[in-house]
Amino acid sequence: MLQLLLFNVTNGLIIGAFYVLMALGLSLILNLSNVINFAHGGFLVVGGYIAYTITPYVGFWGALLIAPPLTAVIGLAIERVLIRPLYGRDPLYSLLLTFGLAFIFEDGTRFIWGAQGKPVTVPAILAQPLSNEFFFITGYRLFMVATVAVAVTLLFVLLRYTRLGIRIRAGTLDLETVSALGINVGMLRSLNFAAGIYLAGLSGVLAAGQLGLEPTMGAGLLMPSFIAIIVGGIGSLTGTLLGGLLIGVASGVTAVFLPAASEAIMYVLMAVVLLIRPRGLLGEEGMMT
Amino acid sequence: MSNQDTTRKLIALACIWAVLLLVPYWMPPLGGYTALGTRVLVLGLAAMSVNFLLGFTGVLSFGHAAYFGLGAYGAGLSLKFLAPSTSLSLLMGMLLGGLAGALLGTLIVRRRGVYFAMVTIAFGQVFYYIAFQWSSLTGGDDGLRGFSRQPLDFGLFSIDILSSTNNFYYFVLVCFAIVVAVMGFILRSPFGRTMLAIRENERRARFLGIPVERHIWIAFTLSCFFMGFAGALYALVNNFADPKGLHFSQSGDFVMMAVMGGMRSFWGPLLGAAIFVILQDYLSSVTVNWMSFVGILFVAVVLFFPRGLLGVIRSKSEA
Repeated sequence: MLQLLLFNVTNGLIIGAFYVLMALGLSLILNLSNVINFAHGGFLVVGGYIAYTITPYVGFWGALLIAPPLTAVIGLAIERVLIRPLYGRDPLYSLLLTFGLAFIFEDGTRFIWGAQGKPVTVPAILAQPLSNEFFFITGYRLFMVATVAVAVTLLFVLLRYTRLGIRIRAGTLDLETVSALGINVGMLRSLNFAAGIYLAGLSGVLAAGQLGLEPTMGAGLLMPSFIAIIVGGIGSLTGTLLGGLLIGVASGVTAVFLPAASEAIMYVLMAVVLLIRPRGLLGEEGMMT
Repeated sequence: MSNQDTTRKLIALACIWAVLLLVPYWMPPLGGYTALGTRVLVLGLAAMSVNFLLGFTGVLSFGHAAYFGLGAYGAGLSLKFLAPSTSLSLLMGMLLGGLAGALLGTLIVRRRGVYFAMVTIAFGQVFYYIAFQWSSLTGGDDGLRGFSRQPLDFGLFSIDILSSTNNFYYFVLVCFAIVVAVMGFILRSPFGRTMLAIRENERRARFLGIPVERHIWIAFTLSCFFMGFAGALYALVNNFADPKGLHFSQSGDFVMMAVMGGMRSFWGPLLGAAIFVILQDYLSSVTVNWMSFVGILFVAVVLFFPRGLLGVIRSKSEA
């Protein structure tokens, strides 16, 4: 029993770490540009498939390095051409546009790579379990968590200490003033969007190694990230981090006792949080409008 | 409003109803079929219910398919387990959708804008998972089957709406007319005017002493009731309830219909639904990549026709 519980808590943390990575990208874009990026799952899938395509040439490690920035470049192009005209308009429009993009991504990946699921081979060194007793902790899972930890740390360092990061945080609070101070807001938004999509691409590569690839996987992974953001508190990246881990563990633990409810528990958690603390766990007062 | 405007409006209204009444006569010769008209009517009603909130209160709900789907399941379960009565099933579907909306609305209404949208999407998915997981009751992924609409029994005579598509079309049209009349009545009432005031300037409405949150909750609940009714009708159309009807991508379709037709106008969503349904019907019969085309349609409408067809027509006629 204890081992089962441990197994599922670990599992939950690993899944949670993964949700965190996705939710942070969504959250970055949402906070600065007020855009709910419905196509985030689509970008994840694209990142995964790019990794799948280039792995035979550059290996898994190469793909891990190359695929996310390539995804970010695609994201940048889309932001420039399609999303930029919508800033300042009702958020409804960017929501509908990215919604349509998600359709195009799903259908496009199916068209290019086929509807059949594709496996991505991970290096042998990562594929083995670390010990017999804790068979479920494979090297790959540890590696996944480590990668997420590094990425999240880098993101927070970037936001805290670099000029770009400080501008992004300032823009989140008051974009107009930031613009009045002579900062190129359009550029800021583009870079911020690209950073968010980079995280989606990275999640895609990691997910490909763990789950394999399917054109439809993006939509299924999107919703937990939404919940992570709402639970953690909109406007707070630390909150998103906390929210993602929390729902991951909650659904892991529930899987022990009531497997059918492991998905539903996230929604219950969200309802409870909204009931007790409408702005989310770490959401700021001004952000709840 | 000037006299001329009123006449113009009456003429437009008469045209709309004439077109709707004569669907079984003009649709088949044009290459369509009456059942397609029925679907347009039901999905149009759903899009109008979404627009009741979106266009007239200015609140973006992106999870309304949940209440639509609940209506469908409510109607189906009522026909299957409760009593073989069409009118009861409509009532049960409407109640299920509306009450769920009223309950969740209390959690949702304190937020606005994108955050409102996010919370509505996330809550909407709850019902999708329930329908998906609870397969003993709902049929899970396969959907709820094993029920069919029943003849309308008026004591002295009964009308067969199962086998005659024309009869069923007119039945749906009558239901549609009733709900649309209620909707129009609410929008003309002082309450409806208050909704518009909130849409135009929420802060000012608040300063005037209007309890904004309560009004939004009422509008949200009402639109969920309408949505549940539309969903119940949809279950009768298909004799089937599908978990996909609860999914957030269905919500996106409804919002798209409203935007495409023109969300500032009362009839716009119906026009949007007609275009959307017919286009989807056509595309899925000619290409397997219809999803891409629908996606491109979304992108194109947002970039080039954000005010929708009726919005464009109206600004042209005013210019």
